[in-house]
Amino acid sequence: MNAPFRTPEGGRVDRSTTHTFVFNDRELTGHAGDTLASALLANGVHQVTTSIKLGRPRGFTAAWAEDTGGLVQMEHPFPEPMLLATTIELFDGLAARGIPGQGRLAEIADTAKYDSTHVHTDVLIVGAGPTGLAAALTAARTGARVVLLDEQSEAGGALLGSTDTIDGKPALEWVADAVSELATFPDVLHLQRTTAFGHYDDGFVLALQRRTDHLGGDAPVAVSRQRVWRIRARRIVVATGAHERPIVFADNDRPGIMLANGARTFLHRYGVKVGEQAVVFTTNDSAYLTAFDLQDAGVRIAAVVDARTELSPDLVEECASRDIAVHLGSVVSGTRGDARITHATVSRPPADDAAPVVVPCDVLLVSGGWNPAVHLYSQARGKLRYDETLGAFVPGEALDGVDVAGSATGVFDLPGCLRSGREAVESALAAIGFDAAAGTHPGETDPVRTPGAGVVLWYVRDPATATRQFVDVQRDATVADLVRAVGAGMRSMEHIKRYTTIGTAHDQGKTSGVVASGITADLLGSRPEDMGVTTFRPPYTPVAFAALAGRSRGHMFDPERVTAVHDWHVARGAVFEDVGQWKRPRYYPQGDEDMDTAVLRECAATRTGVGILDGSTLGKIDVQGPDAGEFLDMLYTNLMSSLKVGMIRYGVMCGADGMVIDDGTVMRLADDRFQVFTTTGGAAHILDWMEEWLQTEWPHLRVRMTSVTEQWHTFPVVGPKSRDVIGAVFSDLDVSNDAFPFMAWRDTTLGGAHVRVGRVSFSGELAYEVNVMGWYATAVWEKLVEAGERHGITPYGTETMHVLRAEKGYPIIGQDTDGTITPQDLGMNWVVSKKKVDFIGKRSFSRSENLNPHRKQFVGLLPIDAETVLPEGAQIIEPTADGELPPPPVPMLGHVTSSYRSAELGRPFALALVKGGHARIGDTLSVPVNGTLVPVEVTGSVLVDPEGARRDG
Amino acid sequence: MQLIECPWCGTREETEFHYGGQAHVAYPEDPQALTDEEWARYVFFRTNPKGLFAERWSHSAGCRRWFNAVRDTATYRFHSVYRPDEQRPS
Repeated sequence: MNAPFRTPEGGRVDRSTTHTFVFNDRELTGHAGDTLASALLANGVHQVTTSIKLGRPRGFTAAWAEDTGGLVQMEHPFPEPMLLATTIELFDGLAARGIPGQGRLAEIADTAKYDSTHVHTDVLIVGAGPTGLAAALTAARTGARVVLLDEQSEAGGALLGSTDTIDGKPALEWVADAVSELATFPDVLHLQRTTAFGHYDDGFVLALQRRTDHLGGDAPVAVSRQRVWRIRARRIVVATGAHERPIVFADNDRPGIMLANGARTFLHRYGVKVGEQAVVFTTNDSAYLTAFDLQDAGVRIAAVVDARTELSPDLVEECASRDIAVHLGSVVSGTRGDARITHATVSRPPADDAAPVVVPCDVLLVSGGWNPAVHLYSQARGKLRYDETLGAFVPGEALDGVDVAGSATGVFDLPGCLRSGREAVESALAAIGFDAAAGTHPGETDPVRTPGAGVVLWYVRDPATATRQFVDVQRDATVADLVRAVGAGMRSMEHIKRYTTIGTAHDQGKTSGVVASGITADLLGSRPEDMGVTTFRPPYTPVAFAALAGRSRGHMFDPERVTAVHDWHVARGAVFEDVGQWKRPRYYPQGDEDMDTAVLRECAATRTGVGILDGSTLGKIDVQGPDAGEFLDMLYTNLMSSLKVGMIRYGVMCGADGMVIDDGTVMRLADDRFQVFTTTGGAAHILDWMEEWLQTEWPHLRVRMTSVTEQWHTFPVVGPKSRDVIGAVFSDLDVSNDAFPFMAWRDTTLGGAHVRVGRVSFSGELAYEVNVMGWYATAVWEKLVEAGERHGITPYGTETMHVLRAEKGYPIIGQDTDGTITPQDLGMNWVVSKKKVDFIGKRSFSRSENLNPHRKQFVGLLPIDAETVLPEGAQIIEPTADGELPPPPVPMLGHVTSSYRSAELGRPFALALVKGGHARIGDTLSVPVNGTLVPVEVTGSVLVDPEGARRDG
Repeated sequence: MQLIECPWCGTREETEFHYGGQAHVAYPEDPQALTDEEWARYVFFRTNPKGLFAERWSHSAGCRRWFNAVRDTATYRFHSVYRPDEQRPS
């Protein structure tokens, strides 16, 4: 028989469907409805792996997400690390192996889809156990929009692992009826396999739905594997139940030692006996249900060890009739076994003066009480209160928009949970205007057995074995670690958590957190309520990055912007670079040219013939209104209101601190209309900047503006032959220097399309910028290229553009400047108006620091060897008299901001920011490159055609 | 994620908004008349209280309009929002 621990009948597994799977290279079988954990336990497999630091055998400790031992690496159908076998639904063909706290990411790309969706709801109910279902039924019947989430494969919560009845019927029949009724309401969204993992402000909850994981290799390709639900709820009812609490004692980590209710769940839900001979160690009545049910299923109960000195008469009687030995006032003080527990040592009350008893067993089932699952309440900054009777932290205050119900508040009887769920949702509904007077649920008045009082026992104190008393099993962190932390003077649980690592593993302290507080309180002679618990943070259970990323992967990660001419660039073999979100041609290699060769060719062709650039990514802002000129005068350092219609002016914008933030040209289109060009990278920011001043400081100005970056495409046609090309294409245009001077613009048409040509040069050459709407951009571009063919027109990319502008000393804002550079530092006093009373930044120019002659200033650098291309970012220093590196600390004079080979100069050159640079022109400084000092001559920033003789052709 | 009320659009998600620092720091009437220190106070100095703070916000991914808000810097709660031409609510 393959699965010796499977019960002959019962449980919610489908025994007619057998799944074959591989675990740790061993082929086994289970059934549909199993988890990997229940299928392994049915086969008698307890040990999953060994521990992360100490290499001790570890196995299952619970039946769901609070398990600490069953960490596996999924191997097939797709590699995924750090999953809990207790939460993996079994499917045919599954292959996995146990891992010691660390797994391995897939080395192949994940082809599964992930997505996200939004939902708005009146009431969000988290948890479809009895509390959540009762709440959902009450809410749905009022007609409210309801979202009900539950992380397991089917609704029912704790009822799935119990033999409870509701109103005389098996509880699971009530669950099935509730689910069927909920399905009839069009405004109820009920999702299973969906974990609410994060609770944020104003009713915002993130949930992860596992849509196809349980289908394994049969998962349909078209369906997303996992989906993140982004839920905005007017009210939230947290019905997340409770986790059983372990007790810490020596060697409490062996496979076969698990939480008592976990064993009961394996039995009732999956039809699996966790062992043949059990010892039960408890502080409360709940574990007796496990003992009785396991005994009924044929498990021998070797002993019940109860820390309490008194037991309710009904339990005394029942244990006697079942012939179960109960050790009152006793504790388990140790265990034996290797891959599996073999014996439990039962210590009797000190008063008895009796020797410990060693009881043979193959499972030890522990219950230290119950911790309400307050994570979602706590994540929303709800304050917790310590409940002395429960030995647990419970919600301690009313939280805006959030109600906690059922076991999550410490209500542990079934009728009480049904009532609590209904009442919580009734108050939630009333707060948002729904009438929830629909009456009580059957079962609310079922008789309840009053349990005997439990005791709070965090650990079995024994300094001799403290290094083997595991508080956080996953981290191999023990009572000895807590003793060390306290001894080192730590008092805050937040510090102790980080010092000991307790609560930092993948379960985030679900079972260890409160226990750690309790033991620490004991060590300090303090109280758990004074210690508190460490903050619960999202996610409640681990969430894969792939799920969080959703569809934002690969080319969908960030929007890609392309110009209308993009396909032409691709066809021409352009190499692209990312400039912000834009794809821009960097250069157009011919044959097997590398970048350096291609750029030297493009530069030479442009300076001697004609080149064409796609400059459409330049930011463009249409500024309109009677006060537009006055407004631009405040934004630019120079005067814009005096610009004549038909003309263009270069301008610089500064922050209030006087530092350059952007530059570009401005066209005056009409008395009340300008078109502002910004840098490609600054487009969005500068529009925001302008809006900010207009709206917040000068709302009286009659100005409106909008981005026209995408609408207008811009093609600089550059070089001595550019006039011939422009004249040939736009026959209506008089391109003579007199009729169309530098810094003028003219409107014309081409094939009926409006074209605006400006005479602007970013290279020092005769140049025209052809502006046209995107619809006609490719047609106009192709006409220009066609007309340029007889001059050998050369398309060039951003790299050549950079070389050409650098040869002329034109700075790139953000590359040659870094937010600490003024126009004066750039040597651009000419762009700063002396006439204007004020503009943004003006007052800062006269601050003493901005007049400091030792400020970094913009200069050119020529490597003396005429060979070295200085690395951009390289430091600039002053060498000693004999040309050596001065002793450290070496004073840094500045750095290289731009560096290229120049076809025109026949040598490399650079631009740089250098302290007091303008006064150093002619000096020789050094740039350390790969351990040697490269001597460089400091020059003015304009290296090509300083007289400006070329711009008119 | 918080919900923030835009005075023009109504309640929207926090990611639609952009923070703009302390409100009611007016651009000086005549910057050239200020001493270096007075000017530096305008450019560089802002208060940083724990508790209620009047701030500028922009509904940058919505109507793109600026407004003012009184927010508690300790709890992040918005107490009121108002247009730039309105007085700070008491």
